[in-house]
Amino acid sequence: MALLEVKQLYKRFGGLHAVTDVSFSVEPGQIKAVIGPNGAGKTTLFNIISGTFPATSGSVLFQGKELQGKKPYQVAALGMARTYQNIKMFSGMTALENVMVGCHVQSSAGFLSSMFRMPWIWREEVAIRERSMELLTLLDIAEHANTDASSLAFGQQRAVELARALAMKPTLLLLDEPAAGLNIYETAEVGRLITKIRDLGITVLLVEHDMSLVMDISDEIVVLCFGEKIAEDLPAAIQQDPEVIKIYLGED
Amino acid sequence: MKRLLPILPLLACVIGIQIVCSGTDTLYYLTQMTMAAYYSLLILGLCVLMGYAGQISLGHAGFFAIGGYISAGLTTHSLVPFKDNGLIRFLDSTGLLLSGQTLYGEELLVISPGLACAVAILSAAVIAVFIGIPVLKLKGHYLAMATLGFGIIIYRVVLAVEYFGEADGISEVPAFPLFAGLSVNGNFGDRVANYYIAWGVLLLGLILLLNLIDSRVGRGLRGIHGSEEAADAMGVDTARFKLQTFVLSAVFAAVAGVFLTHYNGGIGPSEAGVMKSVRYVAIVAVGGMAHLWGALLMGIVLNFLSLRGVFGSYDDAVFGSILIVIMLFAPNGILSISFRHRLTRFFTKGKQEKGGGA
Repeated sequence: MALLEVKQLYKRFGGLHAVTDVSFSVEPGQIKAVIGPNGAGKTTLFNIISGTFPATSGSVLFQGKELQGKKPYQVAALGMARTYQNIKMFSGMTALENVMVGCHVQSSAGFLSSMFRMPWIWREEVAIRERSMELLTLLDIAEHANTDASSLAFGQQRAVELARALAMKPTLLLLDEPAAGLNIYETAEVGRLITKIRDLGITVLLVEHDMSLVMDISDEIVVLCFGEKIAEDLPAAIQQDPEVIKIYLGED
Repeated sequence: MKRLLPILPLLACVIGIQIVCSGTDTLYYLTQMTMAAYYSLLILGLCVLMGYAGQISLGHAGFFAIGGYISAGLTTHSLVPFKDNGLIRFLDSTGLLLSGQTLYGEELLVISPGLACAVAILSAAVIAVFIGIPVLKLKGHYLAMATLGFGIIIYRVVLAVEYFGEADGISEVPAFPLFAGLSVNGNFGDRVANYYIAWGVLLLGLILLLNLIDSRVGRGLRGIHGSEEAADAMGVDTARFKLQTFVLSAVFAAVAGVFLTHYNGGIGPSEAGVMKSVRYVAIVAVGGMAHLWGALLMGIVLNFLSLRGVFGSYDDAVFGSILIVIMLFAPNGILSISFRHRLTRFFTKGKQEKGGGA
């Protein structure tokens, strides 16, 4: 069974058809990429999948469960994590604290038990802190653990954001343009990271502009143009697809 | 434990102030220190709501008044006419009523302060839930206006309802016995004891909130403040967390209202006034918004000065000015680094310019 199934998804903003009849599925353990020119509806698609806003019609099944009508925090609790194109750090919190927020769905302390510091809260806190430090180490930013996250360099913020998403122990990770704003070295590094994440057993669905990155790491690619799916295939086949080439290189 | 360590020097200060006041025969300062401590309890709760969860409330004097007024009403209105009512008889048999005599020797039967306190705090919590659910959907200015509206409603209600004493408020509120012979009251003999009761309650509140801030819930709240969308995507039920924080801060306000009312022996409509709410917001802002220690310090100092009458008839104007000055020059509070930096630069500017010319 596919991990994620998107079926006949439509989204209209007034007169704008942002997503039109898009269907595809993501198999467990793969890296799947959604590409397309600016305004193709990629981020809209992500926002629908993660519950930020509802689709006009169609359905999104995650592990067989319908996600339409669920709020983002409920989607997160089911095991889907996401990052943002314009990194949304929790300002005023350190890198470590940012990652610790990511452990939210994996822990359970409530208002009263936190206020009265129940013994099991102690243990949970220690576990959260250790796990968050491990993730920062995994992403090579442990030395910035106690730095205010919003004052880190852009590439480092990307790493913190990834660590934060991984802290959720997701089954599926949505990455919205993980290489946006990065130079070629940093982009290559992000590519290695994403492969590493896939090897941890986490399925990855990403939206990306950077063709070399997508071709390098993806197992399958979906191409969107003006909200419609025009191709879905292996990277090598996509590179040869005349329609895709037309979109990216322009018509003669 | 590290976050709780600064409580020790604070405790030393509290004891030190009492010793100095007792030694120099200036115990009357302790009265205002006690009242300031109760007001600061409300301010701590508001600090978590505003500074950490990022939600403003211009109606917290309303919750203070709900606590104070309900406790005052229940412990002063005689139930003698309803003596034969089944519920009243049941309460009497379980010891939840207090009987005595009025000043004029009439028989008096009222709800005991313990039960009244519980009812008052529960009422504030329930009202906070019903107000919070619709109102917390709003953001920024709109939330400020809606909570302001709530504050105005409470003010007009206590001013208009006979049970709450209309413009006179409620007086002759009895002492609130706690345990081991301690009771919250305004008797001169119990002044030192009450000073410590107030600070005990305040420090307990502080410890609970410090624990909360440094926990999964606290991080979730700060996450909401930092980026509500991202917090939501991390699995934080933002609507629920905001509501719970709103209720928590309302409960802190109500507890403060109950204790201060029993300490003062009464409560008047000015406690529910909009200017009181504005004052609380100003104090949280001066303290640095997301800074419990700053809120505590400023809550004590400013309330103490205000209660001593230092600001005279300009009391409200002073708090209004504080709000303007803080927003302009120290949006991160008076203890913030940038403010101290700006201040030192302001005072050393002249010297530097002279040095540059030579």
